[in-house]
Amino acid sequence: MPLIREEFVHKENLIRDDEMLELIALSQTAPGPIAVSTALLTGYKLKGRRGAIVGIIAAILPPLIIISILYYFYTWFAANFWVRAALRGMSGAISAIMIVAVYDLAKASLKEHKVISALILIAAFLTSMFTSINTGLIILALALIGIVAFRYVPEEKKP
Amino acid sequence: MTMLRLFIAFLEVGAFAFGGGYAVLPLIERVIVHRYGWLTMTEMTDVVSISQVTPGPIALNAATFVGMRVAGIPGAIIASVATVLPQAILLFLCGIFFFREKRSATIDHAFMSLRPGVAGLIAASTVSIFIASVFLSTSPIIIDPVVLIALVVVLILRIRRANIFPLVFLGAGIGLIGGLVEYLTQT
Repeated sequence: MPLIREEFVHKENLIRDDEMLELIALSQTAPGPIAVSTALLTGYKLKGRRGAIVGIIAAILPPLIIISILYYFYTWFAANFWVRAALRGMSGAISAIMIVAVYDLAKASLKEHKVISALILIAAFLTSMFTSINTGLIILALALIGIVAFRYVPEEKKP
Repeated sequence: MTMLRLFIAFLEVGAFAFGGGYAVLPLIERVIVHRYGWLTMTEMTDVVSISQVTPGPIALNAATFVGMRVAGIPGAIIASVATVLPQAILLFLCGIFFFREKRSATIDHAFMSLRPGVAGLIAASTVSIFIASVFLSTSPIIIDPVVLIALVVVLILRIRRANIFPLVFLGAGIGLIGGLVEYLTQT
């Protein structure tokens, strides 16, 4: 997710952060790898059906190529000391990148209806953190809560 | 015939893999290990290990691996395509519906709640990733100094808006230096 965001939100300025959150929400409702869904929807959003096809092919290719090559010496690779060492450092880097991405996305998601949005954010965080409820179900519940709640919340005046 | 079985097996994995990450493992185990016998449990553990050291979703890594085993590179391609086909069809239909110029008020309301909600969900997986990466694999309470250094350095640079890709390599470099220190102190 942070990688897709870096390319399309920051470098190219093609998608806004709040639109990115919508694409991720949709991605969670479909089965299969989430990265593939996000790539497909990002392509769709930018270039329609052709973009979606390019997105999905581009998402399949790296694992297809990498694992096809590693297939021949996977036991050595998975157990290698230096591969493991590099991976340890990379996992720290990824954590840091995720922390910054979450901060930016949370800020973007709290632009309107600050109080209600903050409550929804915290509730979703706690549910995901401390229960084993399936993410797809949480997404469905969030959508229903939005449909019911925001029907009765007056629209904010745009400054 | 083998190709058809490969296709159908991974179509099932793709269609029922909800939840992301390791949630797909029991499904792969049931279909690939037990029903078709294409992998042993040990080999499946190897696939999980490779998935930890390479980018890419586990389901696609497993599809490529099993496809290679059963029918070489064409098998790997067929299995990979089958894995993503269900979500591709579903999201294509979704896309026609969602990316129209004008959205109904109901869908707008749903997204007003989904945006902060999804930010909360991503925050939760970030905490999980943080906990999983920062503590030593041998002990759940001791912090791994190498991971912590990589995290702090990258966090500072990222707040100053450094690009992601060089930062991931920087993390790998810090990991390798940590490995070198460990290697030298042990020998």
